[in-house]
Amino acid sequence: MIEKDLVVIGGGPAGLSACKVALDAGMKVAVFERSFLLGGQLVKQTHKFFGSESQYARTRGIDIAKILIDELDNTDLEVFLNATVVGLYKDNVITVYQDNKYFKVKAKAIIIATGASEKFLAFENNDLPGIYGAGAVQTLMNIHGVLPGKEVVMVGSGNIGLIVSYQLIQAGVKVKALIEAAGKIGGYQVHASKLRRLGVDIITNTTVKRAVGDGKIEKIVTVKLDDSWNEIEGSEQEISCDALCISVGLSPMHMLLSMAEANMTYVGELGGLVPIKSCDYETSLAHVYACGDVTGIEEASSAMVEGKIAGLMAAKHAGFIHPDYEALENELNNQLCVLRQGPCGEKIRCGLKKVGEVYD
Amino acid sequence: MIEKTGVATIEMIKSKFPKKEVLTRPKAIIECYTEIPCNPCSTSCPFDAIYIGKDINQIPRIDFDKCTGCSSCISACPGLAIMVAMIKDGKAYFKIPYELLPLPVRGEKWTALNRYGRVLDKPCFIENVMVTKKNDKTAIVTVSIEQPYLYEFVTVGKKL
Repeated sequence: MIEKDLVVIGGGPAGLSACKVALDAGMKVAVFERSFLLGGQLVKQTHKFFGSESQYARTRGIDIAKILIDELDNTDLEVFLNATVVGLYKDNVITVYQDNKYFKVKAKAIIIATGASEKFLAFENNDLPGIYGAGAVQTLMNIHGVLPGKEVVMVGSGNIGLIVSYQLIQAGVKVKALIEAAGKIGGYQVHASKLRRLGVDIITNTTVKRAVGDGKIEKIVTVKLDDSWNEIEGSEQEISCDALCISVGLSPMHMLLSMAEANMTYVGELGGLVPIKSCDYETSLAHVYACGDVTGIEEASSAMVEGKIAGLMAAKHAGFIHPDYEALENELNNQLCVLRQGPCGEKIRCGLKKVGEVYD
Repeated sequence: MIEKTGVATIEMIKSKFPKKEVLTRPKAIIECYTEIPCNPCSTSCPFDAIYIGKDINQIPRIDFDKCTGCSSCISACPGLAIMVAMIKDGKAYFKIPYELLPLPVRGEKWTALNRYGRVLDKPCFIENVMVTKKNDKTAIVTVSIEQPYLYEFVTVGKKL
């Protein structure tokens, strides 16, 4: 059995940031990533990031991934790619599936940074070829260089829906409309303005009723919603398209924690089932920490800061004190407060309150 | 309505512009209307003309006396919400961020778009296109258009 000081599950912004801090604290670390490359969702983000300098604001996500990976040039780190963690056990053992092999790893501490998965929408014919999640569209376009279609309708106006629409336009795809069930745009105004001035219709109070097509999507039927989200009869409209992109939110990838029977709770504001954790980011399972989207859906900037805190705390409790422990702890918690301070942070503040965290 | 359409009202737009007399020199127009956690415009300004402060959720405030229209903030803004405007000889000059291909080329005539993406009656002229390493793949395009479109023009559409 492989033995490490720290195992990090997930090589996205939270996991990589956790690795960096834990390595600096002197730990021997293994990171397990189920994809063929590190970086998580960052590798698909071709836009410049928000936040402040400490979260690499104004740097494109794809370049932030490179920075985080370059920082990990350390012989105390072992990287496992194409490696899916399939089990988490209470004696600090994980089981991993890689290259048709199944093996066990034991660690003094484990950090769960598994991120999130996309939510889907229930409507008639939602399994027609040509209907994608927004993340899938980004993977196709920005990793594999494959266009999802020529004329796309986007469903959902959160930041992901707005950003992916913009990326589709950059790739030469016509975005025929962006529809949103709520009465207002969910994501940042600046992202919406960027789309609108390129001629994209943003239609609020509207959802997709059904997809129509023979063997593949050819058009969708939309329907207007009233303020109580009830369909307004007779408001159906058709939009022709050869791809439909669903971007209606994310839910935390809680499965490993649930399997190990960590204390979990459902919080809508955080995207779904999340672990209850201490202020040191430890879950109800001793020596098992969690950070990033798996503890509540937020921006990558917050995930990076959370990852660093988890790394710092996991190291401390395993007897590895980071040389800048105190300064870092203060600075990182302060960064999180600032990121979550404004009106955009209201939802996350409200959600975190429900799991016992307070940000003032 | 901006929260429904993504388009600012004319009053909101004008509130981000200085008086026309001031626009005899180039000035940054920051169309950031809602509080989001973001401050690169402020940290990128070499003249300390853009203030956000410790709480990075605050909407940026610009001091037009200090702003030289240098355009550093244009490519720093992740929201592509900043342009530089100037009035000269009856024409409005803009420096805008542009991230689509093909890039405009100096001397070309392009359609001009408003904030709804509608084509304006008059075209605009490409005065300059700047692609630098510092701007990190966001081109800065300088265009001119007749002055009455000062508050309407926002970006370029297609080559004519």
